[in-house]
Amino acid sequence: MYYYLRKFIAMFFTIIIVTLITFFSFEIIPGDPVLSKLGIDADEAQIASLRAELGLDMPIPVRYIKWVGNILKGDLGESVRFSLPVYDLIKTRLPVTFSLMIISILITLAVGIPLGILSAKYNNRIGGFFINFITQIFLAIPSFWVGIMLIMIFGVILKWFSPGGYVSWSENPAESIKSVILPSVAIALPNIAIVIRYLKNSVLEQMKKDYVRMAYSKGLNSFRVMKNHVIRNAVIPVITVLGMIISSVLAGSLIVEQVFTLPGIGRLLISAIGNRDLPLVEGMILYISFTVLFINFIIDILYKFIDPRIKYD
Amino acid sequence: MKKSIIFLSFILLFLSVFGSSLTVRIPQNIDFLDPHKAAASGTDEVMFNVFEGLLKPDSQGNLNPAVAENYTISQDGLTFKFFIRKNIKFHDGSYVTPDDVKYSLERLSGLDGGPGYNSAMISTIKSVTADKNDNSVTVILKTADTNFLSNFTKAVIPRHNDQYQNSKPIGTGPFKFISYQPDQNILLEKFKDYWKTGYPKVDKVEFKIISDEQAALLSFMAGNIDIYPRIPAQMLDILGNNIKIISGGQNLVQLMAMNNARKPFDDIRVRQAVNYALNKDEIIELAALGYGTKLGSNMSPVMAKYYQEGLENYYSTNTEKAKELLKEAGYPKGFSTTITVPSVYQFHVDTAQIIVEQLKKVGINAKIELVEWGVWLDRVYAGRDYDTTIIGFTGKLSAYDVLKRYESGYSRNFMNYKSEVFDNMFKKAYAEIDDKISTDLYKELQVILTEDAPAVFIMDPNFIIAMDENIDGYEIYPYYVQDMSTVYFK
Repeated sequence: MYYYLRKFIAMFFTIIIVTLITFFSFEIIPGDPVLSKLGIDADEAQIASLRAELGLDMPIPVRYIKWVGNILKGDLGESVRFSLPVYDLIKTRLPVTFSLMIISILITLAVGIPLGILSAKYNNRIGGFFINFITQIFLAIPSFWVGIMLIMIFGVILKWFSPGGYVSWSENPAESIKSVILPSVAIALPNIAIVIRYLKNSVLEQMKKDYVRMAYSKGLNSFRVMKNHVIRNAVIPVITVLGMIISSVLAGSLIVEQVFTLPGIGRLLISAIGNRDLPLVEGMILYISFTVLFINFIIDILYKFIDPRIKYD
Repeated sequence: MKKSIIFLSFILLFLSVFGSSLTVRIPQNIDFLDPHKAAASGTDEVMFNVFEGLLKPDSQGNLNPAVAENYTISQDGLTFKFFIRKNIKFHDGSYVTPDDVKYSLERLSGLDGGPGYNSAMISTIKSVTADKNDNSVTVILKTADTNFLSNFTKAVIPRHNDQYQNSKPIGTGPFKFISYQPDQNILLEKFKDYWKTGYPKVDKVEFKIISDEQAALLSFMAGNIDIYPRIPAQMLDILGNNIKIISGGQNLVQLMAMNNARKPFDDIRVRQAVNYALNKDEIIELAALGYGTKLGSNMSPVMAKYYQEGLENYYSTNTEKAKELLKEAGYPKGFSTTITVPSVYQFHVDTAQIIVEQLKKVGINAKIELVEWGVWLDRVYAGRDYDTTIIGFTGKLSAYDVLKRYESGYSRNFMNYKSEVFDNMFKKAYAEIDDKISTDLYKELQVILTEDAPAVFIMDPNFIIAMDENIDGYEIYPYYVQDMSTVYFK
């Protein structure tokens, strides 16, 4: 219990430090939110009225304290670039990001785990070599290229999926899933390669252990040894990797979103930073740091669930 | 139950066949839905379909009556009287009243007690009075201004929507605003009571926001986009058949601006040397694949009335002459400089790369610095902290608006160009009531710019639009506009 409390307090301070750093780094980097929004043809009167409206003349520490005060009241403020509440902007992006996360993780697990076990089993044989070779390729090629190739093949030539754009769940559930399948595959491919590598190494390591020899000498066949003993132990490092993958997808898969023109978290963050939209950036930093820390928290609990021997205190 | 489903699907089928819908690619989000607060040209090009002013520009550059049916200008040029078009309606079905026009003009000029959104109107409009009886609005100016008329293209919006101008915008244009989802799309729908009968021709328009050119190209090739404006020339080869391509001058002035207040560009000889060093034909060939018109001053031939011909070859490429001028200016071995380019504009980045090579030939060692758009606006455009940069000035309605960038007192004269001769003539052109004389003065101003060489005026890159071959009626405007009211499916 003490462990969780400590973890929780650490989480709280991490978030405070991250938001503070963001706030003050905006003071240092060049760029002006008002000019970014209105562009090269802005009339001076328009610039002046927007500046006054936003209260950008206040010093940064004052604005930070105000911001924290509003957060405590449950108000994330309004985006400069979009003139919409930050909370609403992030909220409308979450369905995209969550469906990407769920589908890409499902694909990663469904393909990565069996192939990982197989490649361990057939290590040093032609099958294992083949899987190794393929994973090497998927680790090396950049995801935007995979994305473009997927659109080219399945969108432009075969016309199975329509490239680009997102259909929301409420509009049409079937189309909604269809619109995130290709990008999910693009996200999943390198992750599958990572899972295969980790799982293979970890299975191979476990296979050398005494308990495996013991299980074999008990008369279990190799399938049972795998299923009942090895996998359970081998899967722990994979869960660590999985946690990292989940938080990176939830924090926005910018390149894939850009290529598939999905309105996800990643694109929102980039446009927020590009436009020096401080309230929006802060809101998103809050969301991202919270998500990453929360996922890590869940992973910690999962470890314990899978391996009851793990103790934190 | 079953029957009603069949019936419903029939209706849907019916709608999908007969309800024509257009999808147009745009690269950026919009800044404000409120037309008076909006400043970005990327917003204008979309909302041109939603809002109209008393007057409205057409694709030939004329100002035509829109919300106003006609107007009179007093002899002294101080009083404008606009007669509102009879039975013209806003998108919510209410009639446009003189009071709505008064509200719009006062809001723009700050006469309503607000901040005002248009500095020309703030400084020039004295009063606005609405007259219900003859359905007119009278605007009185403080000083006569021959260029003032183009300000009346600013949107007329209803007073009763005051609270919601930026969330539920209402105008009088051919299309109604339906929704805007950042990073996704802007949806417009045909306004059935539009005053110009027969327009618009399609029922729905979706402006799809796709920032990445590659992604836009793929969407276009897969048929998800019907119209792809400003397609990069390099992509035309890949498009294949069943595609219609139209192109024309877009009234954009692409230039290499030099910081006239910073060494060595404070010396006119250096600026002229840079002009002699560059080969514009080569730049047009390499960066725009030939889709561009060579310029010699800050005016595109699209502005036919004001365009001064014969300046584009004033500095024909001459390496020897460039070296000589550099020597005279005290730089016999050339110098090093930086070209600051906004990285979002691949076209300007490509141009910069060619320029670097061309400058090498006369001993100028230029290095490219890529910056974010926001940084460019803040540091280069507003802060004037740069050596040279490459940028495009979008077209304006009047020669006055195009050339005022070079007036020494203009707040965005970021090239730091200062010329008394130019300033005086500009003032004269601005105050001149005789159209012929003022036009001649605007032409002469272009000559002064060419001679003083505050920049290298490179080209007006063509506006290339790729579209589905079944689409017709698209008109190219000399300013940032995508007019969807004339477009239809064959």
